[in-house]
Amino acid sequence: MALPARYSRSLDWVTVAIYVLMVGLGWISVYAASYSPEAPAGGLFSGLGFQELMAFNWFKQILWIGTAVVLIVVLVVIDYKAYDTFAFVLYGIMIVLLIVTPFIARPIAGSRSWLELGPIRLQPAEFAKFITALAVSRFMAGINLRQQNFRDQMVLAGLTLLPPLLIIAANETGQALVFAAFLLAYFREGMSPLILIILAAAGAILILALLVPKLWLIGAFTVILVLVFAINTKVLRHHLPLALSVWAVVIGMVFGVDFFFNNVLQPHQRKRIEVLINPSADPLGVGWNVTQSKIAIGSGGLVGKGFLQGTQTKFDFVPEQSTDFIFCTVGEEWGWAGTTVVILLFMALLARVLYVAERQKSVFGRTYGYCVASILFFHFAINVGMTIGLAPVVGIPLPLFSYGGSSLWSFTTLLFILLAIDAYRKQDLVR
Amino acid sequence: MQYLEGRKYVVQALFLVVALVFGTRLFYIQVLDGSYKLAADRNTLQRIVQVPYRGLIYDRNGQLLVQNTPVYDLMVVPREVKQLDTLRFSQLLQLPIEEIRVSLRAARAYSRVKASPLVQNLSTPELAAIQDNLIDFPGFSIKARMARSYKTENMAHALGYVGAITPAFLEKPKYAKYFPGDNLGITGLESFYESTLMGRRGVQYRMVNVRGIEKGAFRGGEFDTLSIAGQDLHTSIDIELQKYGELLMQGKRGSIVALDPKTGEILALVSAPMYEPSILTGKGMGNRYMELLNNPERPLFNRPLMATYPPGSVFKMVNELVALQMGVVTPETGFDCNWKLVRCTHRHEAPRNLTIAIKQSCNPYFYQVMRASVLRGRSTNRFEDARLGLGEWRRQVMSFGLGDKLGVDMASEKKGLIPSPDFYDKRYGYHRWGYKTVYSLSIGQGEIGITGLQMANVMATIANRGYYYTPHFVRGIGQGGPLPEYAQRHVTTVDPRYFATVIPGMQAVVDGRGGTGNFASLAQFGISVAGKTGTVQNPHGEDHATFAAFAPAEDPKIAIAVFIENAGFGGTSAAPLASLMIEKYLRGKVVRKNWEYWVQGSADKFIKRR
Repeated sequence: MALPARYSRSLDWVTVAIYVLMVGLGWISVYAASYSPEAPAGGLFSGLGFQELMAFNWFKQILWIGTAVVLIVVLVVIDYKAYDTFAFVLYGIMIVLLIVTPFIARPIAGSRSWLELGPIRLQPAEFAKFITALAVSRFMAGINLRQQNFRDQMVLAGLTLLPPLLIIAANETGQALVFAAFLLAYFREGMSPLILIILAAAGAILILALLVPKLWLIGAFTVILVLVFAINTKVLRHHLPLALSVWAVVIGMVFGVDFFFNNVLQPHQRKRIEVLINPSADPLGVGWNVTQSKIAIGSGGLVGKGFLQGTQTKFDFVPEQSTDFIFCTVGEEWGWAGTTVVILLFMALLARVLYVAERQKSVFGRTYGYCVASILFFHFAINVGMTIGLAPVVGIPLPLFSYGGSSLWSFTTLLFILLAIDAYRKQDLVR
Repeated sequence: MQYLEGRKYVVQALFLVVALVFGTRLFYIQVLDGSYKLAADRNTLQRIVQVPYRGLIYDRNGQLLVQNTPVYDLMVVPREVKQLDTLRFSQLLQLPIEEIRVSLRAARAYSRVKASPLVQNLSTPELAAIQDNLIDFPGFSIKARMARSYKTENMAHALGYVGAITPAFLEKPKYAKYFPGDNLGITGLESFYESTLMGRRGVQYRMVNVRGIEKGAFRGGEFDTLSIAGQDLHTSIDIELQKYGELLMQGKRGSIVALDPKTGEILALVSAPMYEPSILTGKGMGNRYMELLNNPERPLFNRPLMATYPPGSVFKMVNELVALQMGVVTPETGFDCNWKLVRCTHRHEAPRNLTIAIKQSCNPYFYQVMRASVLRGRSTNRFEDARLGLGEWRRQVMSFGLGDKLGVDMASEKKGLIPSPDFYDKRYGYHRWGYKTVYSLSIGQGEIGITGLQMANVMATIANRGYYYTPHFVRGIGQGGPLPEYAQRHVTTVDPRYFATVIPGMQAVVDGRGGTGNFASLAQFGISVAGKTGTVQNPHGEDHATFAAFAPAEDPKIAIAVFIENAGFGGTSAAPLASLMIEKYLRGKVVRKNWEYWVQGSADKFIKRR
């Protein structure tokens, strides 16, 4: 496994160190989450056979980590140009896989999104992230987003939207939402901030429409609009049609929220948003996850209950505790100290990835770097946010921490392709 | 590109803001807000209270009186009740439909998801009748627990009863350890020895998982306590004597208290009318309690401890003893039976000495005895003289355990009343009363009030020649021996040698020719009873009959006070009844069946119709 000397010199070891630290802490958390006080036979040195150990998530996670190491070696050894060259080919294969998966997959937990290859289960949606990132980066390298070429913009939008639409078809809405993260990378590459602002405003209006009586909301918005134009009458003269249409759209949205809420969203999605606004709305259903997750984290205190001492996680009050709700185990057993360390590690990783992205000479490398950072950030923000009641419950894992082979491999690939591209940046002359 | 270059800071700022929001939010819910820790404990901690086995109660011969038997509560979880066939259900439970509806409504008001009792205290046969059919009624279940059951039909007043704790009790700090639905002793020994009988509740903290399945002890059982069974009470009651006393008091109102003068142990405590202790246990207890409570005969009233009456002539003994101690009379002192001072009970030989006076219960004699004690010329003012004299007299009288609680091991005991000079000052005004005002005290009438227990205790004091032990019901707790608090002698102010001088008079009452208590004689068995009759004037109806005695006179083993309301002259009813009790206790059986026949029945039969 010894890497050629030139890799070791040029590989970004800081990112690797953060990665190792996070995967290590992640494994400890998975061990704690799958540890049962009544069956300590599941411990590491219990002398159980391989088959018996395979019943434990923490043991399988060791296998996933081991294979991830092999994966890293392969990713770094592959000629960096291959990622660029085969980006669209990979994208094509992925689209085909996403299309066929719902037809050949067995339903697992309500969605047909898992492919089974012998003992290994893979979720193509996980890998769609880095492949789409590669494809859009490849595409971005060939266009100039700021020139506002409509055709290019449409192609980019199509490249970005096709995988999530297919994923939604397979009933994995959470994974599809992740593709919204690409907007951040496009923003860095010159996309009009107006799009982000409009989206943020739309989200805010949607939430407000659920929280505040509609007439108040419309009244307040109208007052603000009138005030803005009253202060600057010049703007009013020039942009009156725009102002009126914005006003009409907002009113339409406010009244459309109910329709969207009741007719477009699926019942379980609606519940998740309701619970975000009012956790006691559904205390034994969706609200249960949020309430119990908050209780687990909140009961951790400053330094936590100690390794393997968590009661809320051990006694199954928190669902999905080794996958989507792994942050609860950290919060309960290591307290605020532990959660802060995890947040700092994510910030360190994201900062380093941005730093690596910014030092790329190629648009491809930089865009890909920003895609990596955005995807990691989106997962982090939504996952941690949902465990502490700041984001709706969306079934996406906490990168590098949550149990699961697909997830670990997907994030490893995402990250190490960037490191592979970065390692060769000095050879990457202007295209 | 400068413009786009700047956008990286926007992205970085976004990341940073989210991290800060998360960090702050986490700090708030993990460190600042303690409610999540409580919620976590509520989630996982289950508190299991183990109610200990309540202590048993035995009589002085080791006979079991009170025990525990399993009873069953029919529990209901209202949410799980499906299409209840009320008619069949009521037939099954043998309860009116309306009552079931009311109970169901109450259960629903309490909680729809938690089990609450619908019918309590089902006995094992009652349970058997419904258990097999219970499967047709979802939402109903059976919960077993222990309840009191009684091996005796007697002694209800002394035993007291056990009932569910009331909300009013729960608010008192003394009952902080109790929970709604807990049982506790409400009256009698059950109440006084509650902490002993109850034992110690065990509490176990278990951790449960999300499905309520136990996951072991909390912190290795650090906070768990084992339940400790309540300790048994070994009472001094002779249940055979008690039973006999209750038999004799059947149909009457009044009380019997029998003491062992050598120890202060209570041998029998009869309060009539009485009820069976098992009435206040089991299904329907609440209704039966209300019946007892509303009964005009007041069967729940613990007369020997709570009813204070003027003691009548029995009190003459105390009066005489105090006067002897003061040195104002001697046993040889004679007074004339002067009816001008106070009416005497009957015409009799001249009270030439103490023994004759006691035997004849001569009112004028004891009027003069007390006058000698009170009016000592301490002051030239005759009112002040009476005032000072009564004060000193009262102090000595109270040394017999009168006018204050004796300290028996039962909560309901009354003080009685030995009026003080202040008492009369308040009633008549300072220096507005003299001996003529208070003289009726000398013959145990007037403002004086004494309980049956106190009267028996006076007999025990005379029997002991000058001291008594605090009367008590319990001689031992658990395996322990006599209780030290009852081993202490209470000595009267009167010298023992004076006691010896009054006893022959009391013997003469019973066995002397023309004695007022001749009906109490046990001379045929060679037992000398020393006693004193009493007839308490009752402005509301027929006089009350009393008789107090101890026997055998030379080596007393039993002191007894009998009080029968509205039975007229004490010598006719109370005296033979007391002698039957003494016979029963000292000889183990009663052979004087004619007296037994005479005594039984209502109090009316003793009244001479004129």
